[in-house]
Amino acid sequence: MALPKYTETRYRIWHYFYIAICTFVFIFLIAPLFVIFPLSFNAEEFLVFSEGMKNLDPDAFSLRWYKDMVYGTKNPWGLAAKNSFIIAIFATLGSVILGTVAALGLSSRHMPFKGIIMATLISPMIVPLIISGVAIFFFMAKAGLAATHTGIVLAHIILGTPFVVITVTATLSGFDHSVTRAAASLGSNPVNTFMKVTLPLILPGVISGGLFAFVTSFDEVVVVLFLAGLENTTIPVQMWTGLREQLSPTILAVATCLIVLSTLILISAELLRRRSERLRGINR
Amino acid sequence: MSSETKQILTTDGIPLEISLKKAERKNKIKAFLLVAPLLIFLIITYIFPIGEMFTRSIDDKMITNMLPKTFKSMETWDGKKLPSEEVFASFLYDFKILVEKKEHGKLAQRLNKEKNGFNTITKKLFRQVKRNKIDETQSIKEQIMKVHKRWRNVEFWQAIKRTAPPYTSAKYLKAMDMYLNEDNKITQVSEDRRIHRILWLRTVEVALFVTVFCFLMGYPIAHLLATLPMKYSNLLMICVLLPFWTSLLVRTASWMILLQQQGVVNDFFVIIGLVSDDNRPEMMYNKVGTYVAMTQILLPFMVLPLYSVMKTISPSLMRAGKSLGGTPFVAFWKVYFPLTIPGIGAGCLLVFILAIGYYITPALVGGASGTLISNQIAYHMKTTLDWSFASAMGLMLLGGVLVIYWLYNKLVGVDNIKLG
Repeated sequence: MALPKYTETRYRIWHYFYIAICTFVFIFLIAPLFVIFPLSFNAEEFLVFSEGMKNLDPDAFSLRWYKDMVYGTKNPWGLAAKNSFIIAIFATLGSVILGTVAALGLSSRHMPFKGIIMATLISPMIVPLIISGVAIFFFMAKAGLAATHTGIVLAHIILGTPFVVITVTATLSGFDHSVTRAAASLGSNPVNTFMKVTLPLILPGVISGGLFAFVTSFDEVVVVLFLAGLENTTIPVQMWTGLREQLSPTILAVATCLIVLSTLILISAELLRRRSERLRGINR
Repeated sequence: MSSETKQILTTDGIPLEISLKKAERKNKIKAFLLVAPLLIFLIITYIFPIGEMFTRSIDDKMITNMLPKTFKSMETWDGKKLPSEEVFASFLYDFKILVEKKEHGKLAQRLNKEKNGFNTITKKLFRQVKRNKIDETQSIKEQIMKVHKRWRNVEFWQAIKRTAPPYTSAKYLKAMDMYLNEDNKITQVSEDRRIHRILWLRTVEVALFVTVFCFLMGYPIAHLLATLPMKYSNLLMICVLLPFWTSLLVRTASWMILLQQQGVVNDFFVIIGLVSDDNRPEMMYNKVGTYVAMTQILLPFMVLPLYSVMKTISPSLMRAGKSLGGTPFVAFWKVYFPLTIPGIGAGCLLVFILAIGYYITPALVGGASGTLISNQIAYHMKTTLDWSFASAMGLMLLGGVLVIYWLYNKLVGVDNIKLG
């Protein structure tokens, strides 16, 4: 972004002003995540930087809160983590299967009422979460699924499928349908064609949709708060109760772990995006 | 097509047109069958329950089923003078059944909502009935009227009549701080009890301001990301994507740490001398906290659509604008900016819709003045258990969102939404 030498002063000033704004916004976006990191190693119970930490005194840092997170008495995080992963994995599987199959149908040019069906399928993404929560709660209460893992998994499938539908239909829009016809003409049945030809080609889209679904489920708290009993507590629910009652450093230890997890997810999502962009590039 | 035109036949002798139609129909069914599992699943678990919210929000059948005989006999009553002996008799008949079923308390509660004062007089009547004090061989009207003077007041009988229809708009009116008064006219509640309208206004206000802040902050960085060379922009993109993928509660927690009175932001203000150490401003548990945290949390949803649109704008367009004599500002305003409007639309729509239904962050950092309508819905769902009221408010919110969505579709077109 080097400016040419002939730039007038006022544009030069404007340019530096613009860079300053951008720097500020980037710091605003990313800095909050980095505050949690050092504070989670605080040896003391307070959520402020102690004098020792400011002077980088090694005694001021400890793994105390991480120990508390894992071994602490009557601590809920173990159960919450287990529930969160179980629910998120099953919800992702469900969303990916239902969403991919639906996306295959939607991207067929023979599909009738495409607009209204697409609108219905992605409606859980458009409707504010609190309303989805109320509606899903009514259904689950009637079906006797409130306060069960099954109920929460089903709820998260509802919330996760729109992402899968959108990413997979986007991938399929660059998909060359003649390859499936070629497979069919060579004697392959539709299921076999899908598994051997279509799926490998659209896999990046499917996985990135799955990542969205996973994160949606793993991070979702509004609907779970309506549905969950004590047995079905998840990490976000536990954080929510923790933050409401008292901000303890243990929460920061958990938060740090979650940031590490989201970094991993970000890296895989980026790699997938680039791969699918490359693939789409070849098709063109 | 007339029958005289010569039909083209396929090899098995069927007219080509029919054969094609058959194949087409088969394909349609195939495509539909693929969509069907998800569609049916969503309709049962999601779309129907939203519909159920509507029936729940207007449902008033409980009392209709409690006083069937009374409402039947009230049909002929003009509603001006005290009702006839027949109405009193049927009311007593219905009431006795309710007492047997121990449901008279529910009736009192429901009637008291319609008009204050029913609780006392229903209890009094209950005691009389329980002790078998009412002699059915004599005028029931006279005896009920003796129980309490309010039973002699025609307004209370009018109130009972008003509850007759099985449907009610009361919940919707309540959400707007209004109610139906004695003459069936929509009236506002007294000024000190108007809480919902403030919440609606605040919700819209917060959503609007957060959208504006997100736009003001998102536009420059989206532009920077789209114009920088790939290797720098990929690095900076992490600053947008990492928060995007990070748990909402983690980000809310970090804002709670940053904004507290002994927090980093206040420390910073003290160091640069903006405020004195013993006069640190309260930045959390008020609107400031809500705005700051929500803006940061929703900013990626503004940047990503903007970025994907800006990425497609060729830099040569700006150069052309400048070479044709426009100053950089004019070239930007007349050439670049109009091309980014789909991105602005998509970003603002996303952020606004997400913000208007926001619940978690305002509840944690907003304090009392930061509560929004979603918090109120959750409160009625979980604490007061007034599910029909929660449904009514939820549907009003949904209506608002759909209107915005429809407007957006008219102005910009929905197809422009991308997920980054």
